[in-house]
Amino acid sequence: MNVDFSRNHFDLLGLPLSYAVELPRLEQAYRALQGSVHPDRFAASPEAERRVAMQWAARANEAYRTLRHPVDRARYLLSLQGFDTGEESNTAMPPEFLMQQMQWREALDTARQAGEAAVLEALRGEIDAQRRSMLALLATALDGQRDYEAGCALVRKLRFLDKIEASIDDALADIEDAGQ
Amino acid sequence: MALLQISEPGASPDPHQRRLAVGIDLGTTNSLVAATRSGIIECLPDAEGHTLLPSVVHYGRHGAEAIGYPALARAADDPANTVISAKRFMGRGVADVAKYGALPYRFVDAPGMVSIETAAGVRSPVEVSAEILRALRLRAEETLGGGLFGAVITVPAYFDDAQRQATKDAARLAGIEVLRLLNEPTAAAIAYGLDNASQGTFAIFDLGGGTFDVSVLRLTNGVFEVLATSGDTALGGDDFDQAIAAHWRAVHGLADASGADTRRLLVAARRAKERLTDEASVEEPVLLSMGQQVVLGLTRQEFEAISAPLVQRTLGPARRALRDAGVLPASVDGVVLVGGATRMPHLQRAVAAFFGQEPLRDLDPEEVVAIGAAMQANALSGNRGGDADWLLLDVTPLSLGIETMGGLVEKVIPRNSTIPLARAQEFTTFKDGQTAMAIHVVQGERELVSDCRSLARFELRGIPPMVAGAARIQVTFQVDADGLLSVSARESTTGVTASIGVKPSYGLSDEQVAAMLREGFDHASGDRDARALAEQRVDAEHLLQALRGALQADGNLLAPAEREALEAAMQSLDQARVGKDHRAIKSAIAALNTTSEPFAARRMDRAVSRALTGRRLDEVPLK
Repeated sequence: MNVDFSRNHFDLLGLPLSYAVELPRLEQAYRALQGSVHPDRFAASPEAERRVAMQWAARANEAYRTLRHPVDRARYLLSLQGFDTGEESNTAMPPEFLMQQMQWREALDTARQAGEAAVLEALRGEIDAQRRSMLALLATALDGQRDYEAGCALVRKLRFLDKIEASIDDALADIEDAGQ
Repeated sequence: MALLQISEPGASPDPHQRRLAVGIDLGTTNSLVAATRSGIIECLPDAEGHTLLPSVVHYGRHGAEAIGYPALARAADDPANTVISAKRFMGRGVADVAKYGALPYRFVDAPGMVSIETAAGVRSPVEVSAEILRALRLRAEETLGGGLFGAVITVPAYFDDAQRQATKDAARLAGIEVLRLLNEPTAAAIAYGLDNASQGTFAIFDLGGGTFDVSVLRLTNGVFEVLATSGDTALGGDDFDQAIAAHWRAVHGLADASGADTRRLLVAARRAKERLTDEASVEEPVLLSMGQQVVLGLTRQEFEAISAPLVQRTLGPARRALRDAGVLPASVDGVVLVGGATRMPHLQRAVAAFFGQEPLRDLDPEEVVAIGAAMQANALSGNRGGDADWLLLDVTPLSLGIETMGGLVEKVIPRNSTIPLARAQEFTTFKDGQTAMAIHVVQGERELVSDCRSLARFELRGIPPMVAGAARIQVTFQVDADGLLSVSARESTTGVTASIGVKPSYGLSDEQVAAMLREGFDHASGDRDARALAEQRVDAEHLLQALRGALQADGNLLAPAEREALEAAMQSLDQARVGKDHRAIKSAIAALNTTSEPFAARRMDRAVSRALTGRRLDEVPLK
């Protein structure tokens, strides 16, 4: 396949290579790119062009999805700098962070079993505050200090937070649906 | 005097005539076809002026003997041979259809999909749907005066892969070129959005005869971005009829009703439901098959009480869609009601209460999907004018994953991912020396494989023997713009790569479709060859013309040798085209498509570069 996929996601969407991304600009660039590559633009074109369009549109969707999500974006930016966040292999965490995780997990399980939506919402708020401060640290590490090792460590922690937030959302959804 | 054709302002610059493209809403209860006539898009009526075609086929000894209203008229006296709501059986097994309540059919358990035994033999829901689509194709061709270039066919947004594939197969059987499968709520959003030049966040609440969808979209400068979709493909107006019929059976002691009576009760129930939109209480006289005449009464209050659980069932998916979209009910700028079943007053009240605003109903809820599909069909066939430029970005409704150890699902693509998309995930071997791997593709949100829908199973062989965990098997999921999945896998550690591509197993194979066509579904053999030849010639001409244009615009992207190779392949097709062998033309088209692919790729790359530089400088919003 000759499709030139050598551009990185930032290049592809015409954004500077930095962690800080202006969301409106990202959205606009994404829509403009899809406007020229989406298969709907080539529905009446020869098959070769339709195939290429589908690959490009899939590529644009992947780039947009990655850059829009703050943790995915950080992981991707680190990979461009040659750093592997090692989330599967490197599970070493500071003890106080792990303690905090266990406390949250326990609180989540207790609230889920009791069907206490308000408790879950409060827990989510607490974790989200922690998440926001970590994202601020991440921005400083990546764009300011260019301390990529610190960036990798933050991404690993944030992955934990994303997972627990997803579990809380699932539990909240189950409670809401059961209340029907 | 010869009539001169004058093209519309802003119409396609194509030197050939405007391509006839239609939108088809293949509904559970009714189907419609819409197209541009005299410059406006409208639903096409039949000879009697009906735009709705009841999605009903009556089978006799010689095949499909009636379609639409005449078929519906046979429902009471010959229920087993009158197939109604076939859409609910598309891509479904026997266990699935058992949940729909009492139905007067002799179901046959066929692999992958249930079939129905009729007087004409066993018919699959795909064949029944093909009869309906064919009737709509003929209606369109007669009304528009020519062969169809293609159609956009709508499907419920929450249709899974099996149901989408079945719909596409039905279209192929009906001799329709599918330009795109389009989600019903998205089609409605196009019709609304373009009608009102709207901007903002919209929820489309679509309750049809047999399916329920709710989609949340954001409209920005002509881009329709679906943020999330949810629904229930086994919830619709039919279930309200079933609830009424069950109520009557209980109240009037009609528990052991025959097949004919089941259908009569359902017909009376539907009439009662429709009348209760405007009346406070109704009475429906029903003549039972044993000659017994009963009068079945229902007040609006009773109806609302017995169907309250069904109304409640729509709110769960509505909540899920909003949650997945990250949108609060209060920040929705408009709620659009689609589907005949949204005429029920208590449903409207529930929707208004849920979203905290009165829903919009200014377009006909039964026609809006077909109209939106016709708009998209025009756009896709190159008929769109310069000022009618929009783009749809839709999503896949259900998560896709593969089975891992312990019967657990590893999600590869989460629900509500924008399509088209391709995503790869790496898996590894479990045992030392393992040389093959079974890959089981599933769709659904649950963690256990047994709670999800199985889409395909295949084996990757030829993995070099290694210790457990050393192999790197990359499984790639690709979802195209129709929302259809294909999966491939390759092992790539040792430089030896094995690769296989699969399509999910529910659809018909090309051979099966060919066999069905041979059974005289569509045309006599001679006709078929003539038609195939005509089609291949048109395709060949279209391809050659497109490539000539491309060479003129971007020929400098090719080295002289590449250009020679491409021109040679074009020459071969040009020669095959004048021959009488449609297969030879087809293979020359395929060869030219392959030869021209690198050229297409470079052209796209150039287009992307231009789009980026152009738009980055002046920040012009996409119109």
